[in-house]
Amino acid sequence: MNEKQTDAARSWESLRKGHQSRPLEWLVERGIFLVSLSAIVMIFLIFAFVGREAWPVVAGKMNSSSVQTVIPVAEMDKQSPAELRAYLGLTKAKFDSMDLETRKLMMEIKVEADKEKPVDKDAPVNTTAWHYLFRPHAWTGYEKPSYIWQPISLIHKYNLVPLIIGSLKATLVALLFSVPLALAAAIYVSQLAPAWAKEWLKPAIELLAGIPSVVLGFFALIVMATVLQNVFGYESRLNAFVAGIALGLAIIPVVFSIAEDALTSVPRSYTQAALALGSSRWQAAWKIVLPAAIPGVFAAVVLGFGRAIGETMIVLMASGNASIVSGSFFDSTRTMTATIAAELAETVTGGHHYRILFLIGALLFIVTFAANFAGDMVMHRLKRKLEGKA
Amino acid sequence: MTVSEITLPKFKVDSARPGASAEEHSSRAPLIDLKNLSFYYGRSQALKDISFFIREKVVTAFIGPSGCGKSTLLRCLNRMNDLIDGVRVEGEMRIHGHDINSPEVDVIELRKRVGMVFQRSNPFPKSIHENIAYALRLQGVKDRSEIDGIVENSLRGAALWDEVKDRLHTSALGLSGGQQQRLCIARAIAIKPEIILMDEPASALDPLATAKIEELVLDLKRDYTIVIVTHNMQQAARISDYTAFFYLGELIEYDTTTKIFTNPAKKQTEDYVTGRFG
Repeated sequence: MNEKQTDAARSWESLRKGHQSRPLEWLVERGIFLVSLSAIVMIFLIFAFVGREAWPVVAGKMNSSSVQTVIPVAEMDKQSPAELRAYLGLTKAKFDSMDLETRKLMMEIKVEADKEKPVDKDAPVNTTAWHYLFRPHAWTGYEKPSYIWQPISLIHKYNLVPLIIGSLKATLVALLFSVPLALAAAIYVSQLAPAWAKEWLKPAIELLAGIPSVVLGFFALIVMATVLQNVFGYESRLNAFVAGIALGLAIIPVVFSIAEDALTSVPRSYTQAALALGSSRWQAAWKIVLPAAIPGVFAAVVLGFGRAIGETMIVLMASGNASIVSGSFFDSTRTMTATIAAELAETVTGGHHYRILFLIGALLFIVTFAANFAGDMVMHRLKRKLEGKA
Repeated sequence: MTVSEITLPKFKVDSARPGASAEEHSSRAPLIDLKNLSFYYGRSQALKDISFFIREKVVTAFIGPSGCGKSTLLRCLNRMNDLIDGVRVEGEMRIHGHDINSPEVDVIELRKRVGMVFQRSNPFPKSIHENIAYALRLQGVKDRSEIDGIVENSLRGAALWDEVKDRLHTSALGLSGGQQQRLCIARAIAIKPEIILMDEPASALDPLATAKIEELVLDLKRDYTIVIVTHNMQQAARISDYTAFFYLGELIEYDTTTKIFTNPAKKQTEDYVTGRFG
């Protein structure tokens, strides 16, 4: 009897070592953890890269002025190497690898370039300064202060306002068009549709997400633009409205999918209670289920916003790409994303145009990040309110 | 809520219990009349040829082992089974002589007259006030002071007013389970139904909350016809006037509760109520 008890007691010792006997599980768990960690690291690295490329503009270290102080070649020796390097705009490694003759040659090029400087009152302006990025300016040839994006004109005009407005216009149209449709479809599929309709509709709508955006853009450019112009009779064929509608088609499945999940996860008991009180199915869906699913529906809209403002190909093809400031949705427009896509390949790496495009990229990053963050906060608050904790 | 605040109702299961004898209720008119009612989930038959009537303003309990069809029958009475795909009803089910199985019947209107309380309390994720106000607005009540009045009366009717009057506008999900269930009852009676169906309303509650619900049911039968499904034999004995015993989709016996529990006609009934099977 006594011996048996000791045996039983001894067998308990294995409890302590239990977790060590499953090394494979431990390994897999760590592996998955590392993979998920790498996603965060990737996002951070991408942002760090974009931010680094845009930083000189933010810090005011770029100068796009066409008129700069020129140091005559003869006075080369009076400059310290650091000053000379800054004057020539070279990295330290590059500067060190050059011999004296090459440096001299570069200085001569600067002198030559100065002789050909444009005769323009705006030539000395550093157009990458904050003021010129966001405030209107009366450029030569313009009667009043205007927001102008003309990066490859003689005077490089980098005003971001037309692009920001363009992005917001297309996104607004997309959301106004897609959110009601996607939400109505989600309510129908999750609450009202018979089982067979649900089986068909859900995958069909989600299949929309599989259409390549270039195909949607092509469709918008060739078919929708003409049809919509005939219907509404506006002047420019490609505009924020057409681009927004096409963009809306692209985000409908995103908004639908998440909103439908949110609506479906509302407990059936709420619907049952509403129906037992004499609600119609529609009343139960609209007055009880939708309010209970509001946090999820809100998340769907925020995600849709993020997708719409970041979409590139559709707006590049269907918006007309005119960087003008206009309140009309039927004017041609140019978005931030389309600008980056269209211009980045033709810029000088490290030049002001290049850096401004990265600044736009960083702005997009910040906007979507902020939208998601704010969305998350609102969502949690709504959730707590529904659960009766606040 | 502390224990001392609750007065446990004292019920005895004996023939001397008021309102238990068949004679006393003979004046009560039949309200719900079932004739040859059969119910199918797809191919399997859940109810077999059920015929009996339920009298008005009494408590009728449906008892029987799990899967006997008692909940199915209950949900037939307000046509909640319509929500399930592939079900079929045969036979007649009349309330006040109107066949409510007819396709011409507006189930929405029917459910306003036949209220229901579910097994698990299911208040909406809204404020206490709004839970009841929603039901009233469905009825077309728009006047704010009228709504406030009915909300108070319903909460009083469900013996909940004193506990929640200071927090009417906080979320109903912050209430205890028993309070939530009484809120559901308040919500059901707010729209003045004639019949209230209760599907094991106390099965998820602790004994004190259960006692409160039972007390409430006895109180409500003055104004409403109550049909209650229960697994708890003592509960059926305590609160019901009539009891129907179901087994495998058939109505085995239906009589006054006193008769069913003291002198059942069928052996099966006796076995079940004495706990020999089920």
